[in-house]
Amino acid sequence: MSEPMRIRATLQGDVADVRILMRHPMETGQRKDSKGEIIPVHFIQSVIVSHNGKQVLDAQWSQAVSRDPFLGLRVKGAKAGDKISVTWTDNKGDKRTDEATVAAAS
Amino acid sequence: MMLIVRSAVPALALLCLTAAPIAAQNKDDGLAIGRKMLADDNPGELWVERGKRLFFEKRGPKKASLEQCDLGVGPGRAEGAFARLPRYFPDTGKVQDLESRLLTCMVELQGFKREDIVKSRFGTLDRDSDMEALVSYVGSKSNGMKMNMPLADPKERDFYKAGEYLFFRRSGPLDFSCATCHTEDGKRVRLQELPNMTDPKQMQMVVSTGWPAYRGTQASVRTMQHRLYDCNWQMRQADLGYASDLSVALTSYLNHHANGGVVQLPGVRR
Repeated sequence: MSEPMRIRATLQGDVADVRILMRHPMETGQRKDSKGEIIPVHFIQSVIVSHNGKQVLDAQWSQAVSRDPFLGLRVKGAKAGDKISVTWTDNKGDKRTDEATVAAAS
Repeated sequence: MMLIVRSAVPALALLCLTAAPIAAQNKDDGLAIGRKMLADDNPGELWVERGKRLFFEKRGPKKASLEQCDLGVGPGRAEGAFARLPRYFPDTGKVQDLESRLLTCMVELQGFKREDIVKSRFGTLDRDSDMEALVSYVGSKSNGMKMNMPLADPKERDFYKAGEYLFFRRSGPLDFSCATCHTEDGKRVRLQELPNMTDPKQMQMVVSTGWPAYRGTQASVRTMQHRLYDCNWQMRQADLGYASDLSVALTSYLNHHANGGVVQLPGVRR
């Protein structure tokens, strides 16, 4: 089972600064384990970010993205209390969705 | 919409040039800027979250959470525990650091086997370590507080003294001690800057914002016990037993010298 993402969304003016940390091995398929066997590719293929249910980002990722990836984006027109939801899907079909609420500027 | 996709690896690769954030701290230092950028989005936060879950989850043969675990500030309280450790615990009759104390709790309260926890103390690429997660969580619960290890108990004083002795005692095939590398400014292992541990400011960086830290090269949070184990290995000394009295004595010595440092954990290292 995959670990929850860590999503922080803070309002800066009318723009929400969204910072997402994901827990994923992001195997490139080029590394070998201690027995010399190739570790199969395992990476996040698609990341979808929605703002109050409306899709604002659809990213297609490759093996080139690092382990435990970080994604930062800014969403225009967001208000405090809005919902930001993030879904990733990896090449093994595993999926994870987590949600965060936009916090007022501190 | 502006989009920033930043992968942790290149930034961490940069970091490895001067991972110990000590000597170079002027504003024009690009590496210091890189470190600051990373600090905001430290993947170690994922370990904190997992540790929090593990702390309150009923686990082990005895199906118990760690809510009865006394880390020195009352059962189940994690707030401020790290800032005061290692300390003397009357129930075990020993001075314990965070890891050896958690180990005690996991064995006594949850019924885990000590050998099993010790075996899985350091996470690998396929298996996360529960200990690394728990240490991250408890450590982060002292954030904003000052390190304060007063050496009030005579036993704590003994451990501090033993730690001081170990720090300066040269031994092993290379005739090294901790002091060989860690008592002068500007020493390095290749490009890795080494903290001068006779300087309280640098010591504070090691303890209060240092370990547990997310290590980019290992894609995992590592703890002070791991740091000591690794230093020991680098000096080609005999293995330092996990949560052993020797390791706690060294930690007592180091942590006491970091008193006054404001805790901000987990850290980020190369």
